[in-house]
Amino acid sequence: MDFGRISRRHLLQGGAALTLGSALGARSAFAAETTIGFIYVGSRDDYGYNQAHAQGAAALKKMPGLKVVEEEKVPETDAVEKTIESMINLDGATLLFPTSFGYYNPHMIKMANKFPKLRFEHCGGLWSDKDPKNAGSYFGYIDEAQFISGIVAGYASKTGKLGFVAAKPIPQVLRNINAFTLGAKLANPKATTQVIFTGDWSMPVKEAEATNSLIDQGVDVLTCHVDGPKTMVENAARRGAMVCGYHVNQSALAPKAYLTGAEWNWEALYPKFVKMIAAGESIPNFYRGGFKEEIVKQSPYGEAVSAEARKHADDIKAKLTAGDYVIFKGPILDNKGKTVIGAGTERGQKDAELEKMDYLVEGVIGATS
Amino acid sequence: MTTDTADPVEAAAIAPAADAGFLQRHGTTIEYLLIPGAALCGALALFGVFVALFGKNPLDLYFYMYQGAFGTWFSWQNTLTKAAPLILTALCTALPAQLGMVIIGGEGALLIGALAATGIALAMPWAPPLVVQVAMVCAGMLGGGLWIMLAGGLRQFRGVNETISSLLLVYIALAVLNHLVEGMMRDPASLNKPSTREIGAANMIGTIPGTDVHWGLVFGLIAAVASYILIYHTVFGFAARVAGGNIRAAKIVGLNVSKLILTVCFLAGGAAGLAGMVEVAAVQGRTNANLAAGYGFTGILVAFLARQNPLAIIPVAILLGGISASGGLLQRRLGLPDASVLVLQGIIFVFVLASDALYGRIGFLKGKS
Repeated sequence: MDFGRISRRHLLQGGAALTLGSALGARSAFAAETTIGFIYVGSRDDYGYNQAHAQGAAALKKMPGLKVVEEEKVPETDAVEKTIESMINLDGATLLFPTSFGYYNPHMIKMANKFPKLRFEHCGGLWSDKDPKNAGSYFGYIDEAQFISGIVAGYASKTGKLGFVAAKPIPQVLRNINAFTLGAKLANPKATTQVIFTGDWSMPVKEAEATNSLIDQGVDVLTCHVDGPKTMVENAARRGAMVCGYHVNQSALAPKAYLTGAEWNWEALYPKFVKMIAAGESIPNFYRGGFKEEIVKQSPYGEAVSAEARKHADDIKAKLTAGDYVIFKGPILDNKGKTVIGAGTERGQKDAELEKMDYLVEGVIGATS
Repeated sequence: MTTDTADPVEAAAIAPAADAGFLQRHGTTIEYLLIPGAALCGALALFGVFVALFGKNPLDLYFYMYQGAFGTWFSWQNTLTKAAPLILTALCTALPAQLGMVIIGGEGALLIGALAATGIALAMPWAPPLVVQVAMVCAGMLGGGLWIMLAGGLRQFRGVNETISSLLLVYIALAVLNHLVEGMMRDPASLNKPSTREIGAANMIGTIPGTDVHWGLVFGLIAAVASYILIYHTVFGFAARVAGGNIRAAKIVGLNVSKLILTVCFLAGGAAGLAGMVEVAAVQGRTNANLAAGYGFTGILVAFLARQNPLAIIPVAILLGGISASGGLLQRRLGLPDASVLVLQGIIFVFVLASDALYGRIGFLKGKS
C-alpha cells in the first residue's frame, strides 16, 4: 500500500489547502447527519458472510452523525437497483454498500452512473478504469487467514486428514482451499485436504451431508467457504471433529471444537472509509489488503490449540502482517502433478494471476470440475 | 379451487336477471371484488396485530407500506417493476388451471427461456438489434413453452402428476443453467461469478420512455389480456374450459384433449419463458444464477390469489409487487426482518383461500331463485 500512503498524504495536504480556502467544505457537509445504506444478499444474522458486513455496519452506528439503514435478503436482480434508489430517494442515503458480489455488474454500476454525486462501495467486485469514478470495490486477501487456519489445523489433526466444505470452484474459493492446504503442510507435510463442492453459496442440507461424509472418511478438522458456516460448524462439533471458522467468529456455536478461523474485519474498514470521506480524502477505487491493512483477522485460538501450533501460527502471521511472507511461492504442483507455479516464482498477494486460480494444489483431494 | 373459476360476465348473464335490484343483478361481479377485498383487509389487520406483538405501531406499518408501494412516483415504478415478471409467471399457472392442471414450474420455464434467449442473442452478433430482440422473444417463449409442454405431455401420455413433474423440472432447469453457465456458455472473464457473455448494450430492450419500468410490464399486460380473450372469448378457450370441467365429457363431444393440454401448456410456459427473456434483455444483460430469483414461485401465489383469472392477475401482481416493494422500507424504518413480508404474503394467501367458502353465500347479493 505504498502508493496508497503517498497518495493519501498528498490528498491530506490538498484537503488541508481546500479546507483553508473553502471553509470546511466537505467537513461541514458531514457534520449534518449522513445516511449510509447497507444491502445484504442473505440474512444479517447468518453467522457468516452477511453477518460480517452487518458487524461492520454496527460499528458505523456507534459513530456520531451517522445514520445506517440496512436491508437484507435482497436478490441480485433489479431488486437491488430499486433498493439502492429507495435508500437514496426515501432515506437520503449518500454512501452505499451493496455487499454481495452479484450486485456489482450491471446493477451497482448502473446506479453509480445514475447518481454521480453519491459514493458506492462494493465488496468483492473488480473495479476497472471503465467503471464510474464514484464507485469502488474493496476486498480482502482472506487466504492469508486461511493459511494460518491451515497451520493450526495441521497441528490439531490426528489423522492428517482435513476437510473443506466449499461452494463453487471459482478462483476466490480455490485460493482459500489451496492456502489452507499449504498452511497445513507446513505443520504436517503429509496432511491432505478433502474438498467437497456443494454447488451454491447457501445449501444447508448439502453442507451438512458434506460435513458428515467428510467425517465418515476420517477427517477430523474441517473448515469451509460457504455463505453461512453455521451448518458445518455445528454438525462437525456434534460429531466430535474440530473446526476452523470462516467469515466471522463462530466459537459461540462450538466453544470446544473451535480452533481458530479466518474472519473479515469490516468493523475496522468501514469506519476507516467513513473517516477518509469525512477528511475529504478519496478512497482508492480498487482497495485490497490482508492482515497488514487490517481487512482480515484471525479468530482467537481455541483451548484445543497446542502451544507449538500457536507459536508457529503467530510467527507466520507476524511475517504476513509485516508483508515479508509469500504463501504462493514456487515450486507448487497441482494435485494432478503439473507445476502451476515454477521454482523461484513468488506470487505475492496482489499478483493478478492468483485472481484467475483454476487448480487445486498437491495435497488437496478433489477436482475443480 | 380451479374448477369454479367461472367468468364473472358469463355467470352474471346466466344468473336470474328478472325483477332483481342492482345488487342482485351484479351480485357475482360484486362478490368477486368484495370477497378478495375483505380477505385482503382481514389479512392486513391480522398482520398489524402480528407487528404490534413485536412492539411496533401498526399505523406506522400501514403508512410505510403505502409509502413504499404507492406513495411516490418512485414507489409506483418500484412496484410496477416488481409486478412485471409476476404477471407473466402467474400466467404459467393460470392457463393450465383452466384445464384443471396445477402447474407450479414457472421458475423452470423462466430459466430455460432466459437461457434460450441468451443463446440466440449470442449466436447472432451480426444481426441488427431489432432482429436479435425478436429472435430472443421467440427463443424465450419456445424454450419455456417446450419445458412446460414436457410436464403436460408427461401427464397426458404417461400419467405423471403435472404438479410434481413441473416442480422437479425447475431443479433440472437450474442444473442445466448452472451446467451451461459454468461450462460451455461461460464467459472466461467471469471469474468469480460464472456467467455467459453479455448480449450487448445495443440489444437491451430498455425501459418504457419516461419511466424506470422495463418493457416486461407491457409484455405482461398484453399476455394477460390476450390470455383472457383466448380463454373466455374463443372456441379454443371454451373447449379448454370444458375439458377442465369434465375431461370425459370433453372426449365424448370429440374434443382433442391431448392437443388442448399440450397447446395450453406451451402457451403457459411461453409466458414464463418470456419473463426470462425480459430478465435477460432488460435487467441482467446475460444469463447467470441470479436469474433464479423466485419470480416463478411468487407467480404461483399471484395466480391462485387471482383465482386463475388472467385479467385479475394484473391487479394482484401489482398488489404483491407493492408489498414486496414496501418490504425494504419496513426493514429500514421499523427494523422488521425480511421474513415479515413472507409472513404477510402467507397470511393473505390463507385469507383468500379461506374466503373461497363465502362465494354464493352472501345473502343480500343473492337473487330470488
